[in-house]
Amino acid sequence: MLLFVVSIATFAIFFLVPRLAGMSADDLASRYVGKAANAQVIHDTAIRLGFNDPVIVQYGRFVKGIFVGVDRNYGPGVEHCPAPCLGYSYVSQNPVLPDILNRLPITLSMALGAAVVWVIFGVATGVVSALRRGSFFDRLSMGIALAGVSLPIFFTGIVSLAIFRDQLGLVGDVADWVPFSEDPLTWANNLILPWVTLAFLYAAGYARLTRAGMLETMSEDYIRTARAKGLAERAVVLKHGLRATLTPVLTMFGLDLGLLLGGAVLTESTFSLPGIGKYAVDAISNNDLPQVMGVTLIAAAFIILANLIVDMLYAVVDPRVRLA
Amino acid sequence: MSPFLDVKDLKIHFPTDDGLVKSVDGVTFSLERGKTLGIVGESGSGKSVTSLGILGLHKGRGANISGEIWLDGEELVGASQEHVRGLRGKKMAMIFQDPLSAMHPFYTVGDQIIEAYRIHNKVSKAVAKKHAIDMLGRVGIPEPGRRVDSYPHEFSGGMRQRAMIAMALSCDPELLIADEPTTALDVTVQAQILDLMRDLQREFDSALIIITHDLGVVAELSDDILVMYGGKCIEFGSADDIFYRPEHPYTWGLLGSMPRLDREPTERLLPIKGSPPSLINVPPGCAFHPRCPYAERTGDKARTEAPALAETEGGHLVRCHMAPAERRALWENEIKPVLETP
Amino acid sequence: MKIRSTASAVAATAALALLASACGGGGGGSKSSTGGGDAAPASQYNAAVTQVVNPSTKTGGTLRMGMPGDFDSVDPGDQYYGYAWNFSRFYTRALTMFKPVPGEEGLQLVGDLAEDLGKPSDGGKTWTYKLREGIKFEDGTPVTSKDVKYAVARSLDKDILPSGPTYFNDWLDLGGYTGPYKMKGKLDDFKAVETPDDRTVVFHLKKAYGGFDYFAMLPQTAPVPEAKDTGSKYKEHPVSTGPYMFKSHELTKRIELVKNPNWDPATDPNRKQLNDSIEVLLGQNEDDLDQRLLSGKIDVKVNSTGVAANARKKVLTDDKVKQYADSALIDRTWFTNINGDVKPFDNIHCRKAVLYAADRSAIQGAYGGPDAGGDVALSLMPPKMTGYQKIDPYGVEANPTGNVEKAKEELAACGQPNGFSTTISFRNERAAEKQTAEALQQSLGRVGIKLDLKGYPQGDYFKLYAGKPDFAKKNNLGLMVYGWGADYPEGFGFFQQIVDSRVIRPAGNTNLGVKDPKIDELIDQAAAETDATKRGAIWAQVDKQVMDSAFILPYVWAHGLFYRPPTLKNVFVSQNWGMYEFLTLSTQ
Ligand SMILES: Nc1ncnc2c1ncn2[C@@H]1O[C@H](COP(=O)(O)OP(=O)(O)OP(=O)(O)O)[C@@H](O)[C@H]1O
Ligand code: SF4
Ligand SMILES: [Mg+2]
Repeated sequence: MLLFVVSIATFAIFFLVPRLAGMSADDLASRYVGKAANAQVIHDTAIRLGFNDPVIVQYGRFVKGIFVGVDRNYGPGVEHCPAPCLGYSYVSQNPVLPDILNRLPITLSMALGAAVVWVIFGVATGVVSALRRGSFFDRLSMGIALAGVSLPIFFTGIVSLAIFRDQLGLVGDVADWVPFSEDPLTWANNLILPWVTLAFLYAAGYARLTRAGMLETMSEDYIRTARAKGLAERAVVLKHGLRATLTPVLTMFGLDLGLLLGGAVLTESTFSLPGIGKYAVDAISNNDLPQVMGVTLIAAAFIILANLIVDMLYAVVDPRVRLA
Repeated sequence: MSPFLDVKDLKIHFPTDDGLVKSVDGVTFSLERGKTLGIVGESGSGKSVTSLGILGLHKGRGANISGEIWLDGEELVGASQEHVRGLRGKKMAMIFQDPLSAMHPFYTVGDQIIEAYRIHNKVSKAVAKKHAIDMLGRVGIPEPGRRVDSYPHEFSGGMRQRAMIAMALSCDPELLIADEPTTALDVTVQAQILDLMRDLQREFDSALIIITHDLGVVAELSDDILVMYGGKCIEFGSADDIFYRPEHPYTWGLLGSMPRLDREPTERLLPIKGSPPSLINVPPGCAFHPRCPYAERTGDKARTEAPALAETEGGHLVRCHMAPAERRALWENEIKPVLETP
Repeated sequence: MKIRSTASAVAATAALALLASACGGGGGGSKSSTGGGDAAPASQYNAAVTQVVNPSTKTGGTLRMGMPGDFDSVDPGDQYYGYAWNFSRFYTRALTMFKPVPGEEGLQLVGDLAEDLGKPSDGGKTWTYKLREGIKFEDGTPVTSKDVKYAVARSLDKDILPSGPTYFNDWLDLGGYTGPYKMKGKLDDFKAVETPDDRTVVFHLKKAYGGFDYFAMLPQTAPVPEAKDTGSKYKEHPVSTGPYMFKSHELTKRIELVKNPNWDPATDPNRKQLNDSIEVLLGQNEDDLDQRLLSGKIDVKVNSTGVAANARKKVLTDDKVKQYADSALIDRTWFTNINGDVKPFDNIHCRKAVLYAADRSAIQGAYGGPDAGGDVALSLMPPKMTGYQKIDPYGVEANPTGNVEKAKEELAACGQPNGFSTTISFRNERAAEKQTAEALQQSLGRVGIKLDLKGYPQGDYFKLYAGKPDFAKKNNLGLMVYGWGADYPEGFGFFQQIVDSRVIRPAGNTNLGVKDPKIDELIDQAAAETDATKRGAIWAQVDKQVMDSAFILPYVWAHGLFYRPPTLKNVFVSQNWGMYEFLTLSTQ
């Protein structure tokens, strides 16, 4: 349902706005031809891309592609893009879905790796801060956390590149994307800076959330009960305190991860990682509707999926939710 | 031979931003195995802090603790945190007031009992689970084998309290402290729980401390009674002492405000006017004097000089400037008749 | 990764300092050296503009190229950008090519796949090329004239290959032929290109065109084996005839070229095979890419204008870095169109008043100054272009800030002695164009010409606003800020799209209103002229006529600022491409 709304909105923005601005089908098509193409070429392109059809028909074609697939003439022959087919780029003419799927491992590696880092660091910092409220560590880490949430990634990203790669030479060239399956070491080396930079941004929020949650949880009655049983303090904190604190953290995590899988736009651009976010940026700057549609749908799907998983995990974590 | 539990002049003070909170400020009592002590007093009088203090749960959390706590010949105020932790749950255990909030919502009742058991007993999970089921059965939970896997929120209030008791008893503690164990329950269930506790105490021969502001509960169970006011023990004695020969004006007030079956619950015979004292700016002299109807009888002393906890006779301790004879006369002539009017 | 040399370490440090906007100026005074025992590098600012820097014949290594975006395509039949054409010669050989040498000689066309330049006949309507012997595709199949014919044929179909230029569509005598995809198996119907034998290709044009060798230079004439053609997917692996061939092409991410074993140096006097492989990283963050270029991790940046604003500052302010940079003309002129449709610009004197009053040196500043922006333009035609002759009809050299007296005279002649008001449009996203409009507002204000500034979105500037004559007229756009770069460094490739009145259409124009029959006539003359020298002279005349009719106010001949890491060998700026010649680059 949401996917439909999203796709219709994207479509409408793409076609109706230029139309309102007075652009003809040919004007629209002139975005997708070589520089200085003549009128005939532009006109042919408009026909090829179907811009002369009513918007509703074009949308219908898009939906049909998703359910039935699309046949495309690539020159020497016709190929079938099987359902679910998100069409072909107006600009590069590459099929959209394989391109996105192809980039998925990159965004996935980046997002999941960063998530591991930020959850561990964020939560650990939050716990320690909460247990040592008011201490030097607490104040220092909360100060850093504030910096983390407020510094833009293209700044932290470029600075960390300059320091760790160019200055200290601690990591290699981030731009050489290598899949995990090919060379795990290089893979990690390439991703460590994006992970850390991205994690810095997110860990801050998690530290603050965890700290607040821990402060609240540790004053709960059941913590007192756990202590009264003679449980060691470490177990009290981790097993009883943290467990309850993690519920809101989990919610936030699901939403963050869902958004991130739809493309960490700034991080990917900053580190030249050819992931989904970079794809989205390029698609938008090229006015490449099929790519924009594809990436929006995939991103929306990720958000929906993440929400679903969070809801399911919620039930696993909090038995009180299971009843409902 | 010294008593099983002997608390002497226990003080627990919390430094806070507003000042030093003297939650417990001179509590003295003793308790033998197989006996029951009732601690009564208004809300905020320091009952819970006292009991948590005995369990050593204020240790290392910034509280100033002084006095002595002797448990089975061992002094606990000066003992290390780790040592006291080892005693907690095994030698002494506690039942809390609101079992819904006192049990972890994310773990099954069984898991929580198993955890308590396994802290002090090196046994496998399976063995511990058997034990947990056994304990649940002993506290009267039907189908314990099935309920052991339920979560606290799936239990009724009474069942939860039973589970809580099962958890506290899982390691056969020699000292059991029940902090308002029945406040959250309705009357019939209250009675069941109290019966259960009495039975179990007999069975385990443990020392039991019951904390409550309900004198009725105390009357039913206790051998001895400790009355607290503003962090201090103001009267201590046998149940008979407190119910039939009370000597402190505050205790009279408590007895007077006890609901009785033959009266409207709202009717209070001897209402205690005013509000409990601040624990930070404790009134000088007798802490009770702003509310005491007999304050002027002891003249300026009530306002300037703190009365000491003194023995009247046979272990009956009272903290009041009035002479014992005067107090007894007042009780016999003025108070008892009012309380006994049908 | 290790920092390769002291010099790049200094560069990296400096780049960092720039980012942290801390201390300015390089602190370390260590003398830079490239370590190896080669001849002393000519590490001097602008050294590669006129000569080969770090000449070397050593082989081996990987040439690492980095690009902010992606090629429009790497299919030789489907590309239009100079850097794409420059790049595709690694693996394709068109009929002719620009000689890969520094200086003016680099503007010379020579035979590549063909033995020599084309032989015109029929007054320039027919062009004949003779292929070299022994050229093979990467799989060892010999290249024949049929492969060239097929390549040109397929490039006609803009539905499948939309990005390339349309010169062949426009000039070949197609007679209804629409390409091999729409007319399958009917290559014989393509009469505009004939192959009398395996080594001869003959082109038939609709009308005479003397500069056809420039068309023959387009990668669209590079042979494509029909059997291997996969249409719009051909870019995944274009079949090589050059010294390198595709090993892998991860679309939009990465390209790796390796040596082509079937390339025979004996057939190719213009290319070498020094690198073991060539890697292109696509879609890089531009600032970061520049940083890696400055620190020597990337050997060469693939784009048309060199390093971007942040790195430019760095390069120009630190002599340690500047010695490895070149500022070079790039066949592009920044100018403003004066719209004859909008009164009072229908009067030539009012147009001339603008040409006199404009402060070109202020605008030069807006574009980044002489090194990063370019030279003050004296006329429209970029000066390194074939045929350029120096003219300065408005005395700009003497008065780069404008000539107020003359402007006032022209205004009087126009009947507007006190000036008038009009609107100037520019592209919102381009800061330099906005500053240009402001500079013009200032300098034209001196003679009473008041300007209203109006910015429009860049994406639709031509389709909906400045490039749409109706709109421009209705909205009183008397001045329209603009700029143009040549397809190739010859008059036709530069002028035709912007000053020929016959290309004007209802919207999406490249000519924003130059309407002068004399210019149109000169263009036709030049096109038909087969003698290169004479043709050049005509283009110079076009340049002069454009200035005289005063529809265009040129102000900056654009420069690019390019950086060559000290480790890069055989580097020079090609006058033809207006960027480093890729073919010769190596790293050993
Ligand atoms: N950690 C602490 N820091 C500061 N003050 C505390 C702390 N713990 C308890 N207090 C204060 O000590 C006083 C005594 O509290 P306590 O819980 O012992 O009262 P209580 O007699 O159990 O009352 P109730 O009948 O309501 O349970 C209260 O005023 C409480 O606010
Ligand atoms: S000392 Fe005085 S004020 Fe205090 S309780 Fe006794 S009579 Fe009342
Ligand atoms: Mg309490």
